[in-house]
Amino acid sequence: MEKLKLLGTYTSPFNRRVMWALKLKGVPFEYIEEDLFTNKSELLLKSNPVYKKIPVLIHNGKPISESTVILEYIEETWPENPLLPVDPHERAIARFWIKFMEDKDKAKKDCLEVLRTIEEHGLKEDKKFFGGTNIGLTDLVFGLLAYQWELMEEIVGVKLMEVHSFPRLHTWAENFKSVSVIKENLPDRDRLFARLKGRKEVLVGSSKSH
Amino acid sequence: MADEVTLLNTWPSPFGIRVRIALAEKGIKYEHKEENLQDKSPLLLKMNPVHKKIPVLIHNGKPICESLVIVQYIDEVWKETSPLLPSDPHLRAQGRFWADFLDNKVLDCVRKILLTKDEKEAGKELIECLKLLEGELGEKPYFGGEKFGYVDLSFIPFYSLFYSFETFGNISIESECPKLIAWAKRCLQKESVSESVADPEKVYHFWEQRKKKLGLE
Repeated sequence: MEKLKLLGTYTSPFNRRVMWALKLKGVPFEYIEEDLFTNKSELLLKSNPVYKKIPVLIHNGKPISESTVILEYIEETWPENPLLPVDPHERAIARFWIKFMEDKDKAKKDCLEVLRTIEEHGLKEDKKFFGGTNIGLTDLVFGLLAYQWELMEEIVGVKLMEVHSFPRLHTWAENFKSVSVIKENLPDRDRLFARLKGRKEVLVGSSKSH
Repeated sequence: MADEVTLLNTWPSPFGIRVRIALAEKGIKYEHKEENLQDKSPLLLKMNPVHKKIPVLIHNGKPICESLVIVQYIDEVWKETSPLLPSDPHLRAQGRFWADFLDNKVLDCVRKILLTKDEKEAGKELIECLKLLEGELGEKPYFGGEKFGYVDLSFIPFYSLFYSFETFGNISIESECPKLIAWAKRCLQKESVSESVADPEKVYHFWEQRKKKLGLE
């Protein structure tokens, strides 16, 4: 069996998307929870010297960092249960939306604008997921919208993602959460709530325009 | 059926230069359309409604946006000629990691140098980033190893901006990162690169004017 280790933290959405990809592919791995605040492990510091961040995937001793890079690596190394389309143009669209999600904080758009763009341009009426009938990498990258949003709204006290304003996003979120691997691997609500509440200032900041 | 390939671009953009190099490496014939970003064409607005930015590649009527997404698309469609990414998944991951580093860490410094008054502070930060890249290059002729590859292609367009970084940021890339300069000159010996990169002085004047307009002088 190939040696596969994932260094991550429970509440990190970047870590969770990698875990989902591995589980969707049925690839066994050893998960190591990192303590990022007081004690980053030697293994983490050695494996990701540039950023010293999680997630890091270590495959047969070789580390891969940056969640979107890890996702592409997983897709290429274990092609079963594909998470990217075969058609190059469809793949380019998937990658475009992955980059959109990664860059959203730098785009100087507020949350509502981001949601509106996804609703109008990213999701199609006749498609269950971002890429079509099957779950893919883009869905995994957008995944936190499906489970974290409601909690954030509760903490911040502002309802942003109303069903009537974002019907496609709401439908997508339901479709996403009903995939059995996803349903069985969502973070515990209370644990996530506690973590997010501790970061309320950050959330309030990001819910306003910037 | 002949492929119809169009590139919407602006001459100073390092992102557009990436795509031009990729197209040249593969020997793809295309139509180049220079955009005026102060007066964007209906075609650009239609092909990239989300960001309204260049570069955009239009292949047989279908748009592809984001420079590295475009480069990967080109590599996948025209896969028989001059591969841009290695075949080994771990080496591909390394390539994507460093390209991502360019588009995050390095670009943050670049934006600060070109678009803010914090040029000198950003200049120092840029040198730190460039030293990391120089470390990654090591003794190899290219980031890709023996051959020009994905990271080389993603990075070399920024060489056109080195003169601007040095002048605005008050830094000397030549003395701080001599291996990178040697690497850049090596890349420029390739026709696909030398025919695609922008003239550093022209680029400098462009940004000098832009800074004046933004009141950053």
